[in-house]
Amino acid sequence: MSEQKSPEFWRWTESNWVNPQIDWKKAKYITVGVDVGSVSTQAVVMADGEIFAYGNRRTGSDSPNSARKGLSFALEKTDMPETRIDYSIGTGYGRVNVPMADRTLTEIACHARGANFIYGPQVRTVLDVGGQDMKAIQCDDKGRVTNFLMNDKCAAGTGRGMEVFADLLGVPIVEVGERSYKVTQEPPAVSNTCVVYAKSEATGLLRKGWTTEEVLAAYCRAMAERIYSLVERLGVTPEFAITGGMAKNRGVIGRLMSLMGLEPAKTTWDTQIAGGVGAALFAHALCQKGKGREKKPA
Amino acid sequence: MISAGIDCGAKTTKVVLMKDGRIMGKVKVLTGFDQKKSILEAWDLALQSAKVSADEVNRTSGTGSGKNVVTFALARTLDLVNDIKAMAKGASFYFPRARTVADVGAEEGRAAKLDDRGNAADFAVNEKCAAGAGAFIEAMARALETPLEEMGLLSLQSDKEIPMNAQCAIFAESEVVGLIHRMTEKKDISKAIHDAMASRIVSMIRRIGVNEEVVLLGGVARNPGFIEAVQRQLGIPNLLIPEEPEFGMAVGAAVVAAEGS
Repeated sequence: MSEQKSPEFWRWTESNWVNPQIDWKKAKYITVGVDVGSVSTQAVVMADGEIFAYGNRRTGSDSPNSARKGLSFALEKTDMPETRIDYSIGTGYGRVNVPMADRTLTEIACHARGANFIYGPQVRTVLDVGGQDMKAIQCDDKGRVTNFLMNDKCAAGTGRGMEVFADLLGVPIVEVGERSYKVTQEPPAVSNTCVVYAKSEATGLLRKGWTTEEVLAAYCRAMAERIYSLVERLGVTPEFAITGGMAKNRGVIGRLMSLMGLEPAKTTWDTQIAGGVGAALFAHALCQKGKGREKKPA
Repeated sequence: MISAGIDCGAKTTKVVLMKDGRIMGKVKVLTGFDQKKSILEAWDLALQSAKVSADEVNRTSGTGSGKNVVTFALARTLDLVNDIKAMAKGASFYFPRARTVADVGAEEGRAAKLDDRGNAADFAVNEKCAAGAGAFIEAMARALETPLEEMGLLSLQSDKEIPMNAQCAIFAESEVVGLIHRMTEKKDISKAIHDAMASRIVSMIRRIGVNEEVVLLGGVARNPGFIEAVQRQLGIPNLLIPEEPEFGMAVGAAVVAAEGS
């Protein structure tokens, strides 16, 4: 197909990581959280409630395989066999298709719990902007959800919308944030209600002589406005934490934060793994209650 | 008395010239990015086709999403008619007994209930989102790599029901790609696309109330797959559709100009 020959500007970097300080052999419980999203899949492996390894890759067209590949990718740099796992939980849009999951949980609960872990217990509002939806979640100091709002009806304000723009403008998606700030003056936003309208507006602006960077800035601003309207409807209590792939896009997040007049919480963890981390933590809690898998004979 | 109606839409600009309640000429051009240029082009072509000079046109009305550009482009006094009124007047020009009308254009969809004088008594509009407008079907035709004209006819050959996201064109596009990968037949995908699109318009028509005689206007009313889906979902065997449905609003604007209101 002609589509496959052209460069894939939407493609982001897949990664896996293992914590060298953890010896899985000494762990009492090994738990796994697999978050199968519409665009990306993360498998997080925890040893006694600490992150031991994770993998973050693109979701393929069939979920059971994406979950399996996600887990093998996470374990790639370790010597731990999958049979060592005591409990695993599936979450995300494709959670019903996680073959190795002992149970499933909604990604709302998992993202709140995960944000509590990777950003700290002072987080009260979590914004998760994923591939095909966005959610604003309020939570308590234990990472329990107290309220939430989401948009999963429409691509405006989601990662999918940003991919469409990266392709339209021929800008690799990881460069969008930086390049959107290479403008002498911040342009007004394009339509924030519909990606299709924004696309036709953008084409018009390019013909009028706008630079790629100006159009990127106008779209990042539209995304920020759209996300802001969801967050404002829910109400924001600091600290404010952002999870999901969009947290890595400075072009959108920078503009969102200036609209909100806030500083987001900071983390060194990959923001995309929050859902998987939450799921693995719930699995750990279940193990502590004695609900783990039957121990196989050694 | 000669009147003119100009409908500057998101995709095409239409000009209709009328003399004593009869259409003298009509012209359609692509709107492009320079609305002013398109309006002037359509205006000149319409005058030529009706063989009249600009001075002979007594009254002019503008409508459509680019209506504010019309006055400025033609530098003449004219009435601006809102889209709902233009649609209502257009529908009752073609079908005087019509009581419900829907117009589906490139980027907007609207529906109205009409009183016995062809005025809108109630209406609903979608201008926030491309799902439920022509842009939706265009995007799907691109994803399916099938010409738009063919896609409508293809869908008539299918009797499968495949549910598809009718809320967002971007998400629906990914679904179409998914269906292609699963080797779903083109005709079945085409039908799913038209069903999804029709469900948006039908829910809008239902919201304002369905009456016996339903008129369909706008460029999308040329698509046989869409017409069939709307008829099936509304349970109405025959929608009333004029020969060139995309001129509906321009005709309505010309009628309003002639009425001098």
